[in-house]
Amino acid sequence: MELFKEDKIYNFLGKGKIFFIASFVLFFISIALIAIKGFSFGIDFTGGTVVQVKYTGDAPIDKIRESLKKSELFEHASVSEFGSSQEVVIKTPSSTVGLSHDIGDTTKEILKGTGEFEIRRVDMVGPKVGDELRVKGLSAFLLTLLAIMATVTFRYEWRFALAAIIAIVHDIVITFGFVSYFGVDFNIESVAALLMILGYSIHDTIIVYDRVREHIEESKEADFVHIINEAVSRTQSRTTLTSLTVFFVVLTLFLFGGDIMLGFSFPMLVGVVIGTYSSIFVAAQLVVWTGFSVAAYRQKMADKVKIQAEKERMRSQFESGVM
Amino acid sequence: MKLNFRLVIFAFLIAFGLFFSAPSLLQLESGKKVTLGLDLQGGLHMLLGVKTDEAIKARIKSIAASVKNFSEKKDIIIDSFSFNEDSVSITFLDKDEVKNVKNFISEIKGSVVAVDGAKISISLTKEEILRSQEQAISQAIETIRNRLDQFGLAEPVVARQGENQILVELAGIKTADEEQRARELISRAAKLELMAVDEDRAARVNSMSESDASSYGDVILEDANNPQIKHLVREIPILDGSMLTDAHVGFDQNNRPLISFTLNAEGAGIFGDFTGRSVGKRLAVVLDGKVYSAPVINERIGGGSGQISGHYTVVEAKDLAIALRSGSLLVPIYVMEKRSVGPSLGADSIRASLLALVSGFALVIVFMMFYYGLAGVIANIAVVVNLFIILGVISLLGATLTLPGMAGIVLHIGLAVDANIIINERIREGLRAGIPTSRAISEGYKKAMRAILDSNITQILACTILYVYGTGAIKGFAVTLSLGILASILTAIVSTYGIYQFFMSRIEKDKNYTLWFGMSKRKGA
Repeated sequence: MELFKEDKIYNFLGKGKIFFIASFVLFFISIALIAIKGFSFGIDFTGGTVVQVKYTGDAPIDKIRESLKKSELFEHASVSEFGSSQEVVIKTPSSTVGLSHDIGDTTKEILKGTGEFEIRRVDMVGPKVGDELRVKGLSAFLLTLLAIMATVTFRYEWRFALAAIIAIVHDIVITFGFVSYFGVDFNIESVAALLMILGYSIHDTIIVYDRVREHIEESKEADFVHIINEAVSRTQSRTTLTSLTVFFVVLTLFLFGGDIMLGFSFPMLVGVVIGTYSSIFVAAQLVVWTGFSVAAYRQKMADKVKIQAEKERMRSQFESGVM
Repeated sequence: MKLNFRLVIFAFLIAFGLFFSAPSLLQLESGKKVTLGLDLQGGLHMLLGVKTDEAIKARIKSIAASVKNFSEKKDIIIDSFSFNEDSVSITFLDKDEVKNVKNFISEIKGSVVAVDGAKISISLTKEEILRSQEQAISQAIETIRNRLDQFGLAEPVVARQGENQILVELAGIKTADEEQRARELISRAAKLELMAVDEDRAARVNSMSESDASSYGDVILEDANNPQIKHLVREIPILDGSMLTDAHVGFDQNNRPLISFTLNAEGAGIFGDFTGRSVGKRLAVVLDGKVYSAPVINERIGGGSGQISGHYTVVEAKDLAIALRSGSLLVPIYVMEKRSVGPSLGADSIRASLLALVSGFALVIVFMMFYYGLAGVIANIAVVVNLFIILGVISLLGATLTLPGMAGIVLHIGLAVDANIIINERIREGLRAGIPTSRAISEGYKKAMRAILDSNITQILACTILYVYGTGAIKGFAVTLSLGILASILTAIVSTYGIYQFFMSRIEKDKNYTLWFGMSKRKGA
């Protein structure tokens, strides 16, 4: 089976403006959403407690809310259904520091009389831990961007690296715009998803860049736009197929992974789609706008080869001289 | 069809993957198995903080106590003590005696003395503060480990994390009650003290304030069974738990549980002397600042053993005995983070992620076969072997498989076929251009390799950063994903190439690209 006509070169850049506007609009809507609506941060970041309770029958949510009012610890608590009507999650910004009697034990005592239940999970994070995580998460993200910038510059050129970084930021901002819009919990797994999307996005972009580089090196084509159109067209089949397979598995994770995985599977689901879009329509396009010159690149390559040849000549002269 | 070195490597990879993943997959008795994370098997994970400030306070207090001791011996009269966060000021009645005391203090290691008239201020050097904190943490870790080892759970993890945090992981905790018991055991100070009751003033205890008591060198302690009852005891204990050699559960004549303890020789000596001197007076048995009993001493007690009676259940008595045996916790600890997962939720999580794994896997396999024909089958073989290798390496390393780790494996299946897709697309391109089959394949591999390496190296870089910066569960995710990437490079680049080489003569002979590479039939082909 073949999905794409092998010889056809699609004019992706011809419609560059449309995609640029689309990306631009999405990007700024996302920034606005993140700035105004923000995220519903999980306790990993804010500190607090999450208690997951499973009842033998339907969970009496109103009764639970009523009972929780008894304790100050649950003053700002929220109770919501989790996965099924039997299960609820109680979230509160409070946490306790004592070992022998903690907020989980309190919950158990308070809920006595609301029905037959089992406490299945207690996650409690002190306020300090959350701060540390925020700093660590952010520095991990920035470090990864730096590392990518360095490797792509080393293997390709700084303009490629810059374009790749812009594409990554584009993907991540839009993905998390969706996360904000749908009010999905932002927790430690979301940070993992963020870094995964980052890795996935750069992966796709590099596959396209590899083709661009190959065309520059192996053809005499001088028109950069044409080179990029060809590279994107040639890799399109691969980009789409891989994205499809990844999308399949992320979708199964989203559907079957349960609410506990939502902080990971939802951003992944959106990120895969956006990442695919950007590697086809945005990343390569951006290189054109950074003012990349094919002639200059070829000149640099030729110089490199020359210097290499010169070095080797000197080495062989030196070696023969010694011998 | 001929054997080649790539195929040999592939066979080796298969054997490796099967051999090391078999114990986990088939639940064999022997061999290393994948350790499931607490989120999958259920258990308690806690990050504990150590109040190291308390260690410094205790150090200051003990220096103050020895100064007091020294002064009493030399008949130097102390006017007052004043304790601050990390220092103590002692004012003496006679200014001339201060020099003597100063000389005595300078001999105490790690102390800094400042004299101002009749007042002496004592604080600690930076090194001494660090040393005290360090000691407090390692002592806490040691004590918690000792207690948990005796609690009877399989392989408790007690490890230092960061500067002054302790990670405690207990797998296999089944019920909330058991969890609470474990937490109580860990946090219990278990500081046993035998203290003399101040018989001269004991009758006035209810009208006395804390500072009144301390001016007599006494402290007021609550009764463990009835907080309304107060006891007045001498501040400096006769003995403490550090001289304890054993503690176990026994029963009194009414068959109520009590704890019998035995003292070492030094303790037994002090205890014998004291009881000999104090017949007719009371001795308070104090645990964690509460008086458990205060029996009257009838005669000199030799042999160095005693009992702590109180209103506790057998289980409580047992845990208390463990805590006493394993030594007291010198500084208080507190919870910074706690995650406890019930075993039933863990089982649900395993089921959910396995369902995602299997269905995602099935979708990918069918899709690849449909799209690439036999090349898709070859890619699928690579992906299956890939999974075995990941599982095998995780078992071999003894790494822990967490829920995010499972997600990493699921995700990896989607990505693992990518290398194969890149290669197959390249081969198809070559074939379409009319290049001879064997050259199309070898060039396809060569060209695909550069792109695959470039992008996978960047990905592994991202994983490394994820590993360094991540906490427990995220680390697991980073490990499984990097393992996956490495395994997919090996299987896709080396192994599948070997399979093509093996079948090369046949592919060249039938030239059936639809069968082999899933390409559409075209005119003239």
